[in-house]
Amino acid sequence: MKRIISLAVNGVEHELAVEPRRTLLELLREDLSLTGTKKGCGIGDCGGCTVLLDGVPAFSCLTLAVQAEGCSVETVEGLAGNGRLSSLQRAFVEDGAIQCGFCTPGMLMTATELLRANPHPDEREIRLAISGNLCRCTGYQKIVEAIRHAAEADHE
Amino acid sequence: MSNDYRILNTRAPRVDAVDKATGRAQYTDDLSRPNMLYGAILHSPLAHARILDIDTSRAERLPGVVAVVTWRDAGTEPYGVSPARYDETIFCHDRVRYVGDEIAAVAATDPDTAHEAVRRIKVDFEPLPLVLDGRHAMDDGQPQLHEQYENNICAQVHWRFGDVEQGRREASVIRTDTISSKMQDAAFMEPQAVLAEVDAQRNLTMFSSTQAPHYVQRTLAMALNHPLHKVRVVKPAMGGGFGPKASCSTAELATCLLALKTGRPVKFTFDREQVFLHSRARHQFLHTMTTGVRDDGTLAFLEHECILDGGAYASFGIATVYYAGSLLGGPYRLKNMNYDGYRVVTNKPACGAQRGHGAVIARALFEIQLDRIAEELEMDPIELRLKNVMDAGETTCNELFVSSFGMREALEAVRDSAAWKKKRALAGQTRAEGKGIGAACGFFVSGAAYPIYRSKTYHCTVVTKVDEVGGGVVVQSGAADIGQGSDTMLAMITAEELGVSLDDVRVQAGDSSLSVDLGSYSSRTTLMTGAAARDAARDVKRRILSAVAGRIDVPPETLDLKDGCVISLADPIDFSALRDEYLKEHVGFSDLPDSPKLSFREASRIAFLEIGAVVGTGEYRPPKLGGSFKGAAVGTSPAFGCSAQVAEVSVDLETGEVTVDRITGAHDCGFAINRTQVEGQMHGSMMMGMGEALMEQVIYDEHGRILNRNLAEYKIPTSLDMPQLDALIVESNEPHGPYGAKEVGEGAIMPVIPSILNAIHDATGVRINELPVTPERIVRALRRKSVCAK
Ligand code: FES
Ligand code: FES
Repeated sequence: MKRIISLAVNGVEHELAVEPRRTLLELLREDLSLTGTKKGCGIGDCGGCTVLLDGVPAFSCLTLAVQAEGCSVETVEGLAGNGRLSSLQRAFVEDGAIQCGFCTPGMLMTATELLRANPHPDEREIRLAISGNLCRCTGYQKIVEAIRHAAEADHE
Repeated sequence: MSNDYRILNTRAPRVDAVDKATGRAQYTDDLSRPNMLYGAILHSPLAHARILDIDTSRAERLPGVVAVVTWRDAGTEPYGVSPARYDETIFCHDRVRYVGDEIAAVAATDPDTAHEAVRRIKVDFEPLPLVLDGRHAMDDGQPQLHEQYENNICAQVHWRFGDVEQGRREASVIRTDTISSKMQDAAFMEPQAVLAEVDAQRNLTMFSSTQAPHYVQRTLAMALNHPLHKVRVVKPAMGGGFGPKASCSTAELATCLLALKTGRPVKFTFDREQVFLHSRARHQFLHTMTTGVRDDGTLAFLEHECILDGGAYASFGIATVYYAGSLLGGPYRLKNMNYDGYRVVTNKPACGAQRGHGAVIARALFEIQLDRIAEELEMDPIELRLKNVMDAGETTCNELFVSSFGMREALEAVRDSAAWKKKRALAGQTRAEGKGIGAACGFFVSGAAYPIYRSKTYHCTVVTKVDEVGGGVVVQSGAADIGQGSDTMLAMITAEELGVSLDDVRVQAGDSSLSVDLGSYSSRTTLMTGAAARDAARDVKRRILSAVAGRIDVPPETLDLKDGCVISLADPIDFSALRDEYLKEHVGFSDLPDSPKLSFREASRIAFLEIGAVVGTGEYRPPKLGGSFKGAAVGTSPAFGCSAQVAEVSVDLETGEVTVDRITGAHDCGFAINRTQVEGQMHGSMMMGMGEALMEQVIYDEHGRILNRNLAEYKIPTSLDMPQLDALIVESNEPHGPYGAKEVGEGAIMPVIPSILNAIHDATGVRINELPVTPERIVRALRRKSVCAK
């Protein structure tokens, strides 16, 4: 039996009928065509599907859509306000933190929350924050650097 | 390094980075079509069994199921990677050979129905005895997997170069060592995905997460018996490949078959478990090497034997067994080398190519041997290596010619940057317990010199076209950007040649309908497709300049394109007549040129008005390379990359836990087209190598089932595991590469495993000859050592 839920995604209100076992990831990718959020595993191992649920990082593959009822969801598509890249996005682009880019949306969401909660993270804190987001291309080196640069840029 | 390039050799951001940072980039699974169906595949639950019957009737009756296909639809014509070893069929018909072997596929209106339909297919099996241990697969009396592979040997190599017996007589230190590894998974973040559609003329278009659109196009046409020119393979944005996505998969074939049968678009995406089942990743290697060194530390000979466990089918495995031997020909002067390699089949998922194809574990053992020999000779391990490294212009004993070679520079760079001498001198004295430092080198091809099918085909072509309205440039290529950045490389080369900005260049690539390009494997794209792109851009430039020169009546050689303008190399030129003409065409436009120089926009429009389409082409085909012995083609390349690395580790002597504290690597990429991307390839190689050294292994139970088919239990390094990575770029100016460039994507992984293993030995005094080097293995070795000491 489908249930009607309402939620805000990147500030836009949606009302949708969903099966109880539908995941938030499926809702975003298939019902709302927000394909920026990626599925690397579907079982909570890779972090590719990370979104912010009421401001907190969550694996959307492990979150049922019905659990997001009444929540505010942020995805990678919402990061660039008025077409202007966020400082994290800009740092990822300029520092070469993006190779294949499949981990990038999840990484960016995790890092966005990190910098909101802790505007001056040290390297250890950055590595800890993104340790649930796997990346097979970069060795994390340039991702860690980009997050540090974004934090610095935010305070200039 | 100083040079006159505006764009090359810089740190320009990737052309696709903004799309990827905003979620706009479309990967295959992000695509959908109206009226699209969803595919699902039935995999064998058994590792080896005869198929007695396949009953699909209950699946067909399920509402929402549109098609069910088995071998009856697909036929039983074999296909594979190498024509000499076609040993796969799209679906199994009489036998399954590994857990995961594909038996049937379904297309349904939604994914749940497709999966339910697969569950309803009934297969009667008669189990057969298994071969799971590659070590014993060749033994007499073992069950046979394929009729054509006697004793389960899928390929074997026997090479004799120089005179090993003579080398043995000259050697003063001779030692024999072994190493064994486990099968590994490439663990790219994007699972394979396919979307296939067919139009009214039976043109089949397949979007797929593939490294090699051209090879896949050929395989689809051959295996599906569909005209080659009616098969188009398009690679959307792609989330990594690292090798396994270079071969055509059943997922691709089955999805196309379903699209052809139903006439509707069909999408199919692997779940993570299927990525492990399909594999085509790193083989298991069992190496034995005997190496001899003379008094003065120079290499006298190498005798090398290897068994590769390749799983159920050949895939890229023939190349793998050749590479495992041939790439030890460098980077050291080694005149005498014997190699005996056997690639066997077992009832496990098929292995294929993975970053550092075939050569990674062989390199690991050889570099470990060098360290042990240095110890016996009481020489510094880096000194020993420096004594042996080749220089540019030399040829290996297996006839690989190194036209540029920064091996010495790379080794010295890591030695100095990591303060090797100082840290090494501390060993055994004041150094904290459990700390160690180790070094190693590596050697890799920069593009396979021969295609995988016998042909004198160009390895790639590039078409560069200037917008006929003026201003923009489009580069069209079949090359596959799998995440390594080849689209950016093409854009940078084109922009450099035409004197325009990166913003003015659009790359259309990864599409078999645009050009033949052999794909992203064997680290070939920068050297080969880069050369073709350079020539295509020069061709376009020549056309534009001669058209403009004709209009103003000057010799074309006196004109050049620079900073977005036409410049005169001779007297200043008055372009006002051309300017007027352009302005008259653009009444009402606001961003019109007004500087005294003629802009690229105007020049390219004028060229179109003069000559029509302004198109340039370029192509690349390697010269004939290599010796005449059997298998000489594998390992030949127009150029060779080389790399050195120093790893520093801390080992907890109680628990055996290894922490890698720092990795310093130097790689000779010839010339860095994009410095940031070169470093990125090095960092990624360090990470993959470190995972392979310390944690990665696919684990099977006694039934041939993978126990850890997910990314929680198949561990790859996380951000907390990875140390600070220092990537040093060495540029040796390769004469056969565009602007001097050659590979970096795979060569950089070569020294990773041995440098870490040598560092662990430095820290603990023990050697582990089984990968991955887990804490248990270290603790066991430490115990053995302390028992022996008593
Ligand atoms: S897809 Fe959700 S954690 Fe991997
Ligand atoms: S950039 Fe490819 S997985 Fe992170």
